[in-house]
Amino acid sequence: MSAHPLAGAIAGAARIVSGAHVTWLDSPPEPGQTVYFANHTSHLDFIVLWSSLPAALREQTRPIAAQDYWERGLRRVLAVDVFNALLVRRRHSAGSDSGNAGEARETIAEIAAAMGEHTSLIIFPEGTRGTGEEVAPFKSGLYYLCREKPGLRLVPAYIHNMNRILPKGEFLPVPVISQVTFGAPMSAGPAESKAEFLTRARDAVCRLKPE
Amino acid sequence: MTFRIDPQLELVFGGVIALLALSSAIGFVIKLVVRDPAAQNTIDNLNKRIRAWWVMCVIFALTLSIGPIGSLVLFGLISFLALREYITLVPTRRADHHTLFWTFFVFTPLQYYLIGIKWLGFMIVIPVYAFLFIPAAMALAGDTKSFLERAAKIQWGLMICVYCLSYAPALLALEVHGYGPNAKLLLYLVIVEQLSDVLQYVWGKLAGRHKISPEVSPNKTWEGFAGGVLSATAVGTALWWMTPFSPWAAAAISLAITLMGFAGGLVMSAIKRDRGVKDYGTLIEGHGGILDRMDSMIFAAPVFFHIVRFFYGL
Repeated sequence: MSAHPLAGAIAGAARIVSGAHVTWLDSPPEPGQTVYFANHTSHLDFIVLWSSLPAALREQTRPIAAQDYWERGLRRVLAVDVFNALLVRRRHSAGSDSGNAGEARETIAEIAAAMGEHTSLIIFPEGTRGTGEEVAPFKSGLYYLCREKPGLRLVPAYIHNMNRILPKGEFLPVPVISQVTFGAPMSAGPAESKAEFLTRARDAVCRLKPE
Repeated sequence: MTFRIDPQLELVFGGVIALLALSSAIGFVIKLVVRDPAAQNTIDNLNKRIRAWWVMCVIFALTLSIGPIGSLVLFGLISFLALREYITLVPTRRADHHTLFWTFFVFTPLQYYLIGIKWLGFMIVIPVYAFLFIPAAMALAGDTKSFLERAAKIQWGLMICVYCLSYAPALLALEVHGYGPNAKLLLYLVIVEQLSDVLQYVWGKLAGRHKISPEVSPNKTWEGFAGGVLSATAVGTALWWMTPFSPWAAAAISLAITLMGFAGGLVMSAIKRDRGVKDYGTLIEGHGGILDRMDSMIFAAPVFFHIVRFFYGL
């Protein structure tokens, strides 16, 4: 799969706007199927994270986006045509053990199938954009994905300052310098409970926060 | 605007290039000769700094030779990047978003546009209008937490990164009796001010013993200060022929440039210490960020401009 020509241009522009400073803290980027998961404060998060990856890894990496938000008009062109996003249905009860859990797992199974053996993903497990002060508790999709694909390699990342560049509800950016920090790869333990895993994954992201 | 390179400009740039070539040669020899592992970091940093100087010199020479528009664009870009480093370092709140947008995308270009059309009102737009606009916009946004601090931080950022720096290309808009092109004045300011920085660094490394203000800037010493200021003033005096100044006036003005530059370096260091960082950024290899390189220019440029305008302007 080769990237849409616009994708490279948009990523380049986003990197100039965000001035993203990329650090791989514990190990250099590796090829091979990976799920990159990060905190979420801005629409630019995906583009900045994606453009932080080496070009070779970018081509195999797709974002996951909420269908209800991204399926119409220009947003759809951007998400689907340019960045080849996997659109998923969002459920507001995701993460609870209510009756919808089965439906949620069905979606996860679809994602796992779409990933195949080579496609990497970018996921924002908070589910929605936050203010940048706190990382919200993670939704359970990441956990179920690891159950669908045992041994799946996960790489945490912290995207710093994007909430200052383009916060929720704004469409004019302020060109503060951002930072993307990637942490050590991890995976879900075979016996790890959902709550344990999601807490550990969230801690892995929070630990990368600069200060 | 006629497109012509002034012979004096060529001569001085030739001198700068010879100086850089000499520095590169010295850096190369030191790297070969000095075996002390403890000194290696300093030597590598020195060589990085010299390489960055080459790049900065080429960019400056190119923009200066294009004419006033080149210098305006260059300094406008420097202001933008400096403001970016500054705002990144200074905490702001969600409610400041629109104010920050205006700061970056309206006031910064406006300042350089006004200088471009040679309207001397550029001197009051930021200190009066932006100064009042910023707190008003912030009050409208409705967030009162640390209001005074937040307003002051944005005002001060605009003041140092944009207003003060813009005085450097504003030299090109001045009318000086029987003198021109004014690119020579800008080059003179840059040479004396940057050389003063470099010579303070060199004198400090060679002879520095007594620290001036260890809490603010651990590398600044009285020996470096005196040696740097005096030798840069001497160079500034020796270059009087490229300015409208007499040799004595050139000495006094060079001294003013170097002293203001020193104050700028100290103040900008104090801001860094307050925010707990060593450099403003990583844009210029070996030097840190744009603001680390421009700290002395920020203080020297407005004072130099006003001296020239008051005593030599038409």
